[in-house]
Amino acid sequence: MQEGRSRSFYILAAFFALFILFLYGPTITIAILSFQGPKGGLTFPMNGVSLHWFHDLFEQQAVGDIWGSFRRSFALGLMVMVTTVVISVMAGLAFRKRFWGSGILFYLVITSLIIPSILVSLGVGLIFNQLGFDIHWTTSGFGSQLTWTLPFGLLIMFAVFNRFDKAYEEAARDLGATSWQTIRYVVLPIIAPSLIGVALFGFTLSYDEFARTLLTSGSYNTLPLEIFGMTTNVTSPVLYALGTLTTVFSLLIIGAFLLIAYSARRRQAAKGSNAGDGMV
Amino acid sequence: MFKKSTANDLVGWLLASPLLVILALFLVLPICMIVAVSFWGATEFSIYPAFQFENYQYLFESSVTYAVFFKTFLFTIITWFFCLIIGFTVAYFLAFHVHSLTWQIALFLLCTIPFWTSNIIRMISWIPFLGRNGIANQSLMSLGIIDEPLEWLLFSDFAVVLAFVHLYALFMVVPIFNTMMRIDKSLLEAARDAGASGFQTLTNIIIPLTKPGIMIGSIFVVTLVMGDFITVRFMSGSQSANVGRLISNDVALLRYPSAAATSVILLITVLITIGIMLRFVNIRKEL
Repeated sequence: MQEGRSRSFYILAAFFALFILFLYGPTITIAILSFQGPKGGLTFPMNGVSLHWFHDLFEQQAVGDIWGSFRRSFALGLMVMVTTVVISVMAGLAFRKRFWGSGILFYLVITSLIIPSILVSLGVGLIFNQLGFDIHWTTSGFGSQLTWTLPFGLLIMFAVFNRFDKAYEEAARDLGATSWQTIRYVVLPIIAPSLIGVALFGFTLSYDEFARTLLTSGSYNTLPLEIFGMTTNVTSPVLYALGTLTTVFSLLIIGAFLLIAYSARRRQAAKGSNAGDGMV
Repeated sequence: MFKKSTANDLVGWLLASPLLVILALFLVLPICMIVAVSFWGATEFSIYPAFQFENYQYLFESSVTYAVFFKTFLFTIITWFFCLIIGFTVAYFLAFHVHSLTWQIALFLLCTIPFWTSNIIRMISWIPFLGRNGIANQSLMSLGIIDEPLEWLLFSDFAVVLAFVHLYALFMVVPIFNTMMRIDKSLLEAARDAGASGFQTLTNIIIPLTKPGIMIGSIFVVTLVMGDFITVRFMSGSQSANVGRLISNDVALLRYPSAAATSVILLITVLITIGIMLRFVNIRKEL
């Protein structure tokens, strides 16, 4: 079918390479600059090479409560992740039943996805204020972030179930499994690798969320809020050092999830099951 | 028959109830609250329940409002255009020019990984590139293209659009790639056999079949840009404004009723825009 690479392949490949450079170039730049010498500034040239700015992060707390906000973001990320996975799976199963009124719920989910984030932030903040509830990242912040992660989780579940072969369930039922047993021993193991994807979205979207947390996190900042606060008053490469560290952390998390998903699929394949076939 | 479908509905609602509760509490109620507060009044320190149209009246009488809405649309259209061109080209390359599935997945992941990292950091990372003494100015000067540093690179509308495209191009790549992967390759062969040129195949087969993906990506980009406030604030160095910034400025001044009124108008604008776009494609069918 293919007679060597055409000219358009090379043009497109070059375009793709430029796009990747565009995506990663700036991040790589600040990663390099975060190793500036103690007298270095926010731009090139490098004024020596040192770990000075990383050291700064661990030393002084004049720039705010970085580690406290990191712990909060991490905890919140885990909370949002678990909740997103559980609720998305349940809702995904529900939508397969095409129950009465599911159309309205679907539009609600889409609204949650397309509504400007600041509106969620503002509305939730106002409600908590007027009702006299304490605005806190574990309550108002948690709920606001779910309005962002749940639509993604559900859309992934739609994609998963649309490619799901109903014959497996029918076979289980024919063998006398109850509907709970069918879900527990047939459906869930088959969709398990995809759930890792939902978990990845849940955690990372929460960990990086800014706008929906802005007015709903209360007096304790999450990491993105802390970093944004720093942009207005910190003008040294310590900002880059922090950015590099959190990006490395994000990359480690992504790598871990991808590895788990990959090995889960391998294990499925090794067991001779082709149940997850065709699901990406 | 009737009984069975009732039971089915019941189980469906039961399974969906956690989702419903979260969305009711943190989406529907807040929207209702914003609508209500948009009619409230404000003093310098507090807000009080009322039913007055002052906030809207003020909004519609101010020329700033129209300028800011216009600017928001401008940002949206320009960003959408570039995201579409880039997203389509990248997806096209991945779907039709990379033939091994392993490579496709690897390159696709390479495109999506930045999506899972922090937007704020990705904005900050443009500083050393666009700054007055940044890489762009230094290289342009050493190439002799310009004599003195360009001032409009960072903290300008140019920087805002650049950051938007940088942040949101992925939202276009992913759905377009997803739709393209489902195009039956034999259609392309048939077109070739029938004597179609590469360009004809593109315009007569690939683009029409990719429309749903293009539409989903467009909806993402349009809503994200229209609802944004932080990118505009950061990348323009607070020199440019869009509707989101109008809202966040009011919030900073504790003028919640005014912020709420602007929010209502913004939400209606976004919904109408999406409504128009949805007329072209049924998303749920395409997932």
